[in-house]
Amino acid sequence: MTLGGIDIIVLTATLMAASTPVLLAATGELIAEKAGVLNLGVEGMMIMGAMAGFAVAVTTGSPVAGFLAGAVAGALMALLFAILTQVLLSNQTATGLALTLFGLGLSALFGKGYEGVRPPSTGKVPFGPLAEIPVIGPVLFSHDWVVYASLILVAVTWAFLRFTRAGLILRAVGESHDAAHALGYRVIAVRVAALAFGGALAGLGGAYLSLVRVPQWTEGMTAGAGWIALAIVVFASWRAERVLIGAYLFGGITALQLQLQAAGYAIPVHLLSMAPYVITIVVLVILSAIHRRGAQAAPADLGRSFHASA
Amino acid sequence: MTGDKLLQIEGLTKAYPGVVANDGVGFSVAPGEVHALLGENGAGKSTLVKMIYGLVKPDAGTMRLMGKPYTPAEPRAARASGVAMVFQHFSLFEALNVAENVALGMENPPPMGDLAKRIREISNAYGLPLDPERLVGDLSAGERQRVEIIRCLLQDPKLLIMDEPTSVLTPQEVGILFHTLRKLSSEGTAILYISHKLEEIRSLCDGATILRGGKVVATCTPRDKTARELAEMMVGGEFKATDRAQRTLGHTIFEVKDLDLAPMSQFGPALKKVTLSLRAGEVLGVGGVAGNGQEELLATLSGERVSAPGTVLLHGQDISGLGPNDRRRLGLQGAPEERLGHAAVPAMSLTDNALLTGTVRRPLTNRGFLDMKAARLFAEEIIKNFDVRTPGPHVAARALSGGNLQKFVIGREVLQYPEVLIVNQPTWGVDAAAAASIRQALLDLASKGAAVIVISQDLDELMEIADRFCALNEGRLSAPRDTEGLTLDEIGLMLGGAHGMQEAAL
Repeated sequence: MTLGGIDIIVLTATLMAASTPVLLAATGELIAEKAGVLNLGVEGMMIMGAMAGFAVAVTTGSPVAGFLAGAVAGALMALLFAILTQVLLSNQTATGLALTLFGLGLSALFGKGYEGVRPPSTGKVPFGPLAEIPVIGPVLFSHDWVVYASLILVAVTWAFLRFTRAGLILRAVGESHDAAHALGYRVIAVRVAALAFGGALAGLGGAYLSLVRVPQWTEGMTAGAGWIALAIVVFASWRAERVLIGAYLFGGITALQLQLQAAGYAIPVHLLSMAPYVITIVVLVILSAIHRRGAQAAPADLGRSFHASA
Repeated sequence: MTGDKLLQIEGLTKAYPGVVANDGVGFSVAPGEVHALLGENGAGKSTLVKMIYGLVKPDAGTMRLMGKPYTPAEPRAARASGVAMVFQHFSLFEALNVAENVALGMENPPPMGDLAKRIREISNAYGLPLDPERLVGDLSAGERQRVEIIRCLLQDPKLLIMDEPTSVLTPQEVGILFHTLRKLSSEGTAILYISHKLEEIRSLCDGATILRGGKVVATCTPRDKTARELAEMMVGGEFKATDRAQRTLGHTIFEVKDLDLAPMSQFGPALKKVTLSLRAGEVLGVGGVAGNGQEELLATLSGERVSAPGTVLLHGQDISGLGPNDRRRLGLQGAPEERLGHAAVPAMSLTDNALLTGTVRRPLTNRGFLDMKAARLFAEEIIKNFDVRTPGPHVAARALSGGNLQKFVIGREVLQYPEVLIVNQPTWGVDAAAAASIRQALLDLASKGAAVIVISQDLDELMEIADRFCALNEGRLSAPRDTEGLTLDEIGLMLGGAHGMQEAAL
């Protein structure tokens, strides 16, 4: 099934893989922002996850160990951010930007020895006969486990925020840390946990980039995916299901523009590489403008430091 | 005597750096008793109830609840022991719905469906109907307080602490709240009640403990005392009432016509067709429950928000498009409600804060440069004339107590001799003595021929100083009525009555 030189089935199949890093990072950031912390260091946490995941996977030969290492590296970066902003009460915007710069530099330093190496390949989930079904098989049942895990994570995150008591407390902390504190909830502990979770998912997303998507290590390979994840959270009005739409839109256009390049269309490459970023932002802006409450759906205490006073 | 007391406190002490908030405080509450805690600002009431609710740990002293030692490490422990608290500043989450807010205040909430059912049952049983699905941000102040009370009632408290519960309610809502509290007390729940409103305490409370400077100075039965006697026990001296001298009213100098303003915040109200006029020497009182457009009204009259042409007129001149400094130049000044961060910059000295609004009408600048000496003299003049208790004008604004800073802020505007002064909640959270002196200053200003608009939630205050009264309700301003002969009941109806409450069956 081709359309204008582009194979729709291959496009749809690559869409899911292309979306996964951004989807993971955005879901993690969603949790952190719902708890009231604005962590602009997503890009830095992703690239550290990409580097650490790649290094461990190459050294041990196990992609699973690599993904774990990516998540741990992202979480450690987030904990650094948490100590600075939650304990030492530094400015969240400045600290987040610094975290991104720090992650980009540190990963370039540690990753020097891993350039040009091939990582062990991450196996696809064996669905047996399901994968043989025409159209649906290659689109839905031909991916590795991380893709399915990321989808499950979005569903779990949605249910967690909506139905569980822990999710309610997390939202409460993001809405009004003073009120949550007055009721006896530990604001700082909730926020540190949310940050660590967000960092782990960003690291996981980064590791997916270096281990599956590319797959190799190059300096600065996240190429702004972390910023897109941040934008997706905002324009998705802090809702998990819309984060999924935003991430798949970004991944879809990334996959499409690669195929357009391969099919030899006479569109300048720069315009094509730019397209996913521009179109995703434009669509999400329109979406949040249609839902007029969108801009106001931000957690009320987002980005504000909490200090318990007597 | 220990046996029949619900809560018994002895020698409770808590010190903060530089100040002893509670010094050997002791009192007791019997089951079903409504007990008042009285005292000026800074007398230590808040610290005391925070210790009972487990938010603050005492340095020394013992508490016993139902005869057993009681040392709550955190609010959860207090709630588990049967102590619940309704906060002065609401501990609610605007973006969450009623049921979620209630669940957050409970230890082991039932599943949401059951919880919603129980909220409906209990709220109807106590005459405080609530829809569990509604967003708290869309509720009125009275309804929000219901959410807090229901949250407490669902946990069958033995002791209910209420910190200034009536300051945001209309008189009708206060009546309903008192019915609910009396019903609770007849069922055996003890209530610890903090309020500045002495008449309320006289009608509701069985006993009272009076705090001054962190110590218990008296206990009494409030019914046997007059409000004035209670006030004097709190202040520890003579209490001076304001002198409302005869004023002569001049021409109309300030007019507002059909003023509309879009909401300034997500859950804030819009101003709708606000119309008023003021004569020289007149004090206009604007009453209403907080959140009905008070902040918006002050912002748009003082020039922080501009409005459509022809809506705000000073001496017949259209000033709707002018900013605050241009309006100050023409003689219109304002003092907003929030002292720290709006009326004054917390980290700046009093001299700097005096400069912030004073340069337009006072000669505090010299060829574009600040004249710091003149500014310091101006700050000292305010401190002297308004009895601001502070070591000097170099002190940062945040170091002053609320009452003292409020005196400074009002003094700063009054000493610029405005022709029109607009103040929002001039005595909110200010103790009785300071409040009286602020009211007197506003009256003195009016007797010199200025027009004054006082926006306040304190109806007694408005009755005391205003010539005419109008009510602000959901962004609409009612037609003004002369305060003479106006009853509290009529005012309550002007304020929108009881917002759909019904009285609890006793």
